Amino acid sequence: MAEALRPDLAAIAARVPQGARVLDVGCGDGALLESLRQERGVDARGIEIDGALVERCVARGLSVVQGDADRDLTFYPDGAFDVAILSQTLQTAARPDHMLAELLRVGRRAFVSFPNFAYWRMRWSLLSRGRMPVTRHLPVSWYATANIHHVTVKDFEELADALGIAIENRWFFTREREVSPTGANWRAEYALFEVSRKA
Amino acid sequence: MNAALPHRTCRLPAPLPLDSGQVLEGAEIAYETYGELAADKGNAILVCHALTGDQYLASPHPITGKPGWWERMVGPGKPIDTDRFHVVCANVIGSCLGSTGPASLAPDGAPYAMRFPVITIRDMVRGLVGLLDELGIARLHTVVGGSMGGMQALSLAANWPDRAARVLAIATTARHSAQNIAFHEVGRQAIMADPAWQGGDYYGKGASPDAGLSVARMAAHITYLSEEGLTEKFGRRLQDREAKSFGFDADFQVESYLRYQGSGFVQRFDANSYLYITRAMDYFDIAEEHGGLLATAFAGTGARFCVVSFDSDWLYPTAESRHVVHALNAAGAPVSFVELSAPFGHDSFLLDVPALDRVIAGFLDG
Repeated sequence: MAEALRPDLAAIAARVPQGARVLDVGCGDGALLESLRQERGVDARGIEIDGALVERCVARGLSVVQGDADRDLTFYPDGAFDVAILSQTLQTAARPDHMLAELLRVGRRAFVSFPNFAYWRMRWSLLSRGRMPVTRHLPVSWYATANIHHVTVKDFEELADALGIAIENRWFFTREREVSPTGANWRAEYALFEVSRKA
Repeated sequence: MNAALPHRTCRLPAPLPLDSGQVLEGAEIAYETYGELAADKGNAILVCHALTGDQYLASPHPITGKPGWWERMVGPGKPIDTDRFHVVCANVIGSCLGSTGPASLAPDGAPYAMRFPVITIRDMVRGLVGLLDELGIARLHTVVGGSMGGMQALSLAANWPDRAARVLAIATTARHSAQNIAFHEVGRQAIMADPAWQGGDYYGKGASPDAGLSVARMAAHITYLSEEGLTEKFGRRLQDREAKSFGFDADFQVESYLRYQGSGFVQRFDANSYLYITRAMDYFDIAEEHGGLLATAFAGTGARFCVVSFDSDWLYPTAESRHVVHALNAAGAPVSFVELSAPFGHDSFLLDVPALDRVIAGFLDG
């Protein structure tokens, strides 16, 4: 039995259709892919940059390729997947706009989750202390973080609009619990969007 | 050279057509098996050997008496578990441990020597497929290989897409690079420059090109190691002496080691086989066989792939594996790829790298 998934991953897992072709970009140790394969019978593939994590995925019998999503997504054909997943990785992409476009090139739909930099604790930290926040969810100092493009809920929605991407659904989470969309840009610690190519 | 050894062999019933247009009549394939073949024959794993390897995968080598070359990987309870799998390993055609090669007798009763047709990796795989036919194995659970063995595994996937459900290619490439060809050419020239080579016609003539073959092995052996590994193992330490001799003895430990590797090798390998097999590797280019596009080569495959490279391998560096992986992605094949960290260079696939054990066991299980 798979271990309990992080709430955003559980929300994704609940929305992936039975037997879909899925690419998880930045799949980590493959927990989501394994759950999708076991519970939904999906054709599960992954990309992960960290070799030690890839090794764990392969040892789990998953089809995971060690690679850099910024570079390697281009090697997948158009429409190769029903669903592309990018969880907590958008903010590490060299060009998040290009990454989104690539996700929706290889996948018909995509799930994208990211930490919301407009979360009130972040704002408070910057406002009150005048320093880049280090939080439970973003625990690494500014100089060492892999998160090079800090993004807010509003920023993401505007980018999707500018790229002509349709937002199908959105979910917001704070301290591992789902919160309502009202005031999400203040209240959500991280966000999950389901997006698709506009017809 | 090893005709007297009691290898287990299979004579292919049909002539073997070769890429060169020639045909090999009455080819024999020497092979070993480990573990029981299941009643449905669904548990067969074919392991393909590297350049100077052989069929003695997990049993003692009949000439050297040393353990099989992948004893650490193949056996009961090991990553390729012979309690579960029926493992087949065959000596490739062109080689010299029981399979038909340049040292074998041609139909006229004399050794082929340089009359042996030039073969390719795909020809070797044709021979292996012929053996599988004789063994009644229609579809392999997995084909596995490292280095030249990995080339055979990829060639089988590209040219006989229905014959293997899984393909595991380790420390390998889909084509030989100019640098790869260059190193092989050094080896071949060393053999052919040895007066004892006699145009390849040295069988039964009392002398064989041992010096040339030994130099070829020494040059190749360097490419199998990493600078880090060599430095760690030998550095600039001297061998059995306090000071440099100001001569051309093996002053340095690394020289002594290479000479030992070279001289040990000539005991068990035929120089002409070395010429033919390195040639086959140099000709290897799967994309070229399929209209220039590697993805096309894998378009028809239904197999799952696992590609593994090592960060210290400069003979078949990770970029070559990535090239294969990108082609497999483009072909829509399910593929895993991991670059493992190991200090041993290209030879890492033969040595103690526990991560490789985990990856192989996981891939065979999944």
